[in-house]
Amino acid sequence: MSESTAVFKRLRLRERSIAPVALVPSVLVFGLFVYGFIAATGLVSLSNWNTAKIDLSLASNPLGSYEELLGSYRFQCDLRNTFVFTILLLIGTILLGLALAILLETAVRGRRRTVFRQLFLFPYSLSFIVTGVAWRWIFNPETGINLLINATGVNHVLAVAGIGPLQPGWLTDPQVVLPVNNALASVFPPLAAIQTQLGIPVALIPVTIASMWQLGGFAMAMFLAGLSTIPEEVREAARIDGATEAQIYRRIVLPMLRPIMVSIIIIVGASSLKIFDLIVGMSGVGPGFATDVPGLFVYDMAFGAQRYNLGAAASLVMLLLVTVVVLPYLARSLRNE
Amino acid sequence: MAAAIVFASLFFLMPIYVMLVTGLKSADNVSLSTMWQLPSPITGGAFLEAWDRLASSMRNSFIVTIPATALSCMIGSINGYLLSKWRFRFSNVVFIAIVFGMFIPFQSVLIPLIKTLQFLGLYGSLLGLILVHTIYGMAVTTLIFRNFYVNIPNELIDAGRVDGAGVLGIFRHIVLPISIPAFVVGAIFQFTGIWNDFLFGLVVTPDPRVQPVMIALNNLSSTFSVAWNVLMAGALVAALPTAILYLVLGRYFISGLTAGSVKG
Repeated sequence: MSESTAVFKRLRLRERSIAPVALVPSVLVFGLFVYGFIAATGLVSLSNWNTAKIDLSLASNPLGSYEELLGSYRFQCDLRNTFVFTILLLIGTILLGLALAILLETAVRGRRRTVFRQLFLFPYSLSFIVTGVAWRWIFNPETGINLLINATGVNHVLAVAGIGPLQPGWLTDPQVVLPVNNALASVFPPLAAIQTQLGIPVALIPVTIASMWQLGGFAMAMFLAGLSTIPEEVREAARIDGATEAQIYRRIVLPMLRPIMVSIIIIVGASSLKIFDLIVGMSGVGPGFATDVPGLFVYDMAFGAQRYNLGAAASLVMLLLVTVVVLPYLARSLRNE
Repeated sequence: MAAAIVFASLFFLMPIYVMLVTGLKSADNVSLSTMWQLPSPITGGAFLEAWDRLASSMRNSFIVTIPATALSCMIGSINGYLLSKWRFRFSNVVFIAIVFGMFIPFQSVLIPLIKTLQFLGLYGSLLGLILVHTIYGMAVTTLIFRNFYVNIPNELIDAGRVDGAGVLGIFRHIVLPISIPAFVVGAIFQFTGIWNDFLFGLVVTPDPRVQPVMIALNNLSSTFSVAWNVLMAGALVAALPTAILYLVLGRYFISGLTAGSVKG
């Protein structure tokens, strides 16, 4: 057995050179379409190309597009929105997914568990455009959620108390709450130059809820897969030692779910940093760019205004953000092999 | 606990309820104040109109999705096999470089992509869109198949050598026949992803006659003359193929999620 394995190992060594050769077509095409094109986009971002006519000549100020980008009021709003949306969505998705997974694991058994799991994961199979269309109407201030708020009678109570009715504008609300501009400027005075209001745009909250609807089931499924790998004996042993169920979750289960949580953060984080479809389908740029994102900025600049250099620069900022999130994770999985 | 499950179910069912109820109303039955109420009478008119407006773009989506799914799965299975069973010096670097392509924002390749497609004469055509989805879909299929093949014992590959089969012979006669579960997972992943794509369809096929369904649905929603009942019915119609796929093969869908995440 071991002898024949050794023979085959030697034979495989000879065959081994075929593998890289067979990969060449894939590597060449994929290398061109991903890395070659990213490099080309880099060239465009440094060029004079800002009309319909292609012009790849290097701009007299090659970084001019990037300077214009960072000084642009719209793009500053986009960066703020991307950060706020990503943080809100990560927190929301992880909490929702974890709650659903624990709920299904502890309170539902057998076939019914499968049914609920399928229901909660269902939105993940839908397009962001479908999600956006449905939720846009639910968050229409004239109907949807606000009708439900009226139905609770809370607005009668408020009227009696002499306070205006609770009727959020949702996607139409231009407000930015919890501003941090002054706080930032007091820590680092040059930041006072930022014209954009830094805080949480209210209109992003409905967008976050719609995305949680779509991605919460994904996080739940990942957590359920993680929970199923924790042996029952581990929990049983803790129970014998007198640990309560809550303690078991906090001290044993949650720490063991950490790798799953990292995967969710990477996958959800990467997709929220490049969100595009949902914004187009649900809200567009929003009031005062309250729901605008870099993905939409790139599309408008490159394919609407034909400001190719500016669009290219913005797309590379997007790429940089995603890379910062994803690359350490990929590098770690490479090291582990 | 039971209350929490009921509440969660209501949250997840609400948009589906809204789409269904609104889609089954007649145009003069749709009003802002009666959004949550059941349709009376139930009419299928909105679905007929939505189908009328979306049928040709549904066809376009099928024409793009089916070949692109098949091609990217086949390429992914070969790549995954080579990268897991015939490792060479830089195979891990190649693997990571391919998987990274799964995460990039496609905005960062669109400008050269359009110019290349124009150069190849494929811009604005369904064939161009098939090519684009096949190439960029390769990242996730390579990942899915590679993670699947890692768990196949090497002895199986060695046994293939008895017949004197080479690298590709072993793939064809030994590995491919046992890859069906990975093909199912890869196909579900790709079908859903390509059917639901918006950005590539928007940019590569601007002509309304060759647009995929999600772009047509979005156009429907930005047309002011289209009523909410038609739009909601249209959203359901456009979602139907992936929804059916999910309801029938949901089990594989879940194994696809874990297969589609990078493992250490």
